[in-house]
Amino acid sequence: MNQKKSKFLISCMIFGYAFLYVPIFLLILYSFNYSPLLPVWGGFSTRWYSRLLESPEVWDATLLSLKIAFISATVATVFGTLAGLALARVGQFRGKTVFTGMISAPLVMPEVITGLSLLLFFITLWQLTGWPQQRGMFTITIAHITFAMAYVAVIIQSRLAGTNRALEEAAMDLGAKPLRVLTDITIPMLAPGMMAGWLLAFTLSLDDLIIASFVSGPGSTTLPMMIYSRIRLGLKPDINALATILIVSVAIGVFIAGWIMLRQQKQRALLANE
Amino acid sequence: MNVQASSDGESQVDYTHSPWLDPSATPFIQIKNINKQFGAFTAVNDVSLDIYKGELFALLGGSGCGKTTLLRMLAGFETPTSGSIIIDGVDMNGIPPYERPVNMMFQSYALFPHMSVHKNIAYGLKREGVAKAERTQRTNEILEMVELEEFAKRKPHQLSGGQRQRVALARALIKRPKVLLLDEPLAALDKRLREQTQFELMNIQEKLGITFVVVTHDQEEAMTLATRIAVMDKGDFEQIGTPAQIYENPRSRFIASFIGSANLLDCAVTKRDGDFYSVSQPGVDQPIVVEYDGELAVGANVTLAVRPEKIHVEKRSVANSSVAQGSNQLNGVVKEMAYLGRLSTYHIVTDSGVLIEVTSPNQSRYRDGNHPIDWDDEVTISFAPQSAVLLTE
Repeated sequence: MNQKKSKFLISCMIFGYAFLYVPIFLLILYSFNYSPLLPVWGGFSTRWYSRLLESPEVWDATLLSLKIAFISATVATVFGTLAGLALARVGQFRGKTVFTGMISAPLVMPEVITGLSLLLFFITLWQLTGWPQQRGMFTITIAHITFAMAYVAVIIQSRLAGTNRALEEAAMDLGAKPLRVLTDITIPMLAPGMMAGWLLAFTLSLDDLIIASFVSGPGSTTLPMMIYSRIRLGLKPDINALATILIVSVAIGVFIAGWIMLRQQKQRALLANE
Repeated sequence: MNVQASSDGESQVDYTHSPWLDPSATPFIQIKNINKQFGAFTAVNDVSLDIYKGELFALLGGSGCGKTTLLRMLAGFETPTSGSIIIDGVDMNGIPPYERPVNMMFQSYALFPHMSVHKNIAYGLKREGVAKAERTQRTNEILEMVELEEFAKRKPHQLSGGQRQRVALARALIKRPKVLLLDEPLAALDKRLREQTQFELMNIQEKLGITFVVVTHDQEEAMTLATRIAVMDKGDFEQIGTPAQIYENPRSRFIASFIGSANLLDCAVTKRDGDFYSVSQPGVDQPIVVEYDGELAVGANVTLAVRPEKIHVEKRSVANSSVAQGSNQLNGVVKEMAYLGRLSTYHIVTDSGVLIEVTSPNQSRYRDGNHPIDWDDEVTISFAPQSAVLLTE
């Protein structure tokens, strides 16, 4: 009886994971396909990867995406941490619940709407101040900061809610002024959360297509945008190679973020148990 | 002045001179009409208290009685709504926690998880701007005192509960504060370790001569540790005194039942003969005589309180009774009995139908394993007029 049940569960699991990972696996597999025709297996080869290396527009797009992701993740982490701190530490005030809810609204907002609203915002800004004259890397970065910040703030807020206020009080009791408490105790305590937030923001920025398409301008093609435009001209194996690289780097990012959070949780559980 | 009883590093405390028993002594900590509101809720209600140098003062009470709020106001984490706190002659009003001459040991210890034991303990000195060499030396000294030298490099999560408690104590003591505040210092330890640590804590306090203010909900802990206890209830002091004063002369029914246990009987005064009052319960003929040094009118309603261990119990069939002359005697039947080894507890229902709890030491050894007093035995219980107290509150 028990065994029967577990067989059922195992097949459920296999099906579930297959559903999730077979397409990705196929993509990776075909990126090593010698034949340029998609459904034909022409033997193992890395020729599409080397072709990728020779294509400057791919490199430009990759570099641009990495730059945007790095800057927007860093800025979003700083802003998000400040927002999370403020929400967790300001104490009770009228409408706190509303503000707390509002910080996570960008998380559930459809990306099309976020992108459209940001585009409108930049156009209005341009009409009023004459800036930004051209949309490009800078506007994409700002747009990415906007939505990534919400993720960071939510992570920091939940981390702070679980931390012990007494630690900060203990530092203060031992002679640390409020700014010292922040640098000596609060920031180190939040570091894993900030790290996880940064990685999440980085990956989100790296694979965003919709918002970037709205706010980008001529000459600023990010990697996802480039892949998408090439796909429209027909499936080419070099795109598979590119996508494989992207998948691997995103997976590494998510894995590290998850691992850091898990380790923190374990450590905290250990402290709380005793 | 008297306050130097233990300030010059003497390891012996001068028991013949306890400043808190001397009405002319200068208090070290003065709490004056402190009031603390949280919105509409009154956490601490207009309390005043003097604590003397070298005391180990306990604030005792159940959860939500305001004891922790009072402690946090001493540390500076909460601001009193009104009233003032003066420590060693300095008004603490407006002085932030990081500038107060007090340190606190937190209930959960609040050790910094990302710092080693050594760094945790040295943190206070670092913030004070003490040079590194001196910092290391003083930290090592205090590590030795709490016997944690070999754990200096560990992180807090690699320590046992008892070790963490000692790190927290060392960290709070290293700045040699004028006052050490301890929030439930032993609550997180198991029973055996707690008893051992109680004495360690007392030794350290005597050695350093620092004034300790301890918050606890454990009355036994307060009795063992403290020179004086303030029992708190609903934001107010119910009684302040030495452990013996509070135990033997409870001021109210609340104190009598909160500190230890007591048999409480509602009575009315029927007769007075000097300091000896006769009281009886409504509908009970037999009066109980109690010695009481206050003024009570005949007919006044009082509560008779008598501690279970102050009542003598023996079988009624005993030929030569050891009941003392002039003591109150009641007959009854044993309804419940619990043999606890070193003592036994009886629940006895008297002939007038009152349940009395009696505890009695098992002085002789019952070699055959049979308890001399058992369920349903007819017994006589007795207590001297001096053993009971009359309570009007």
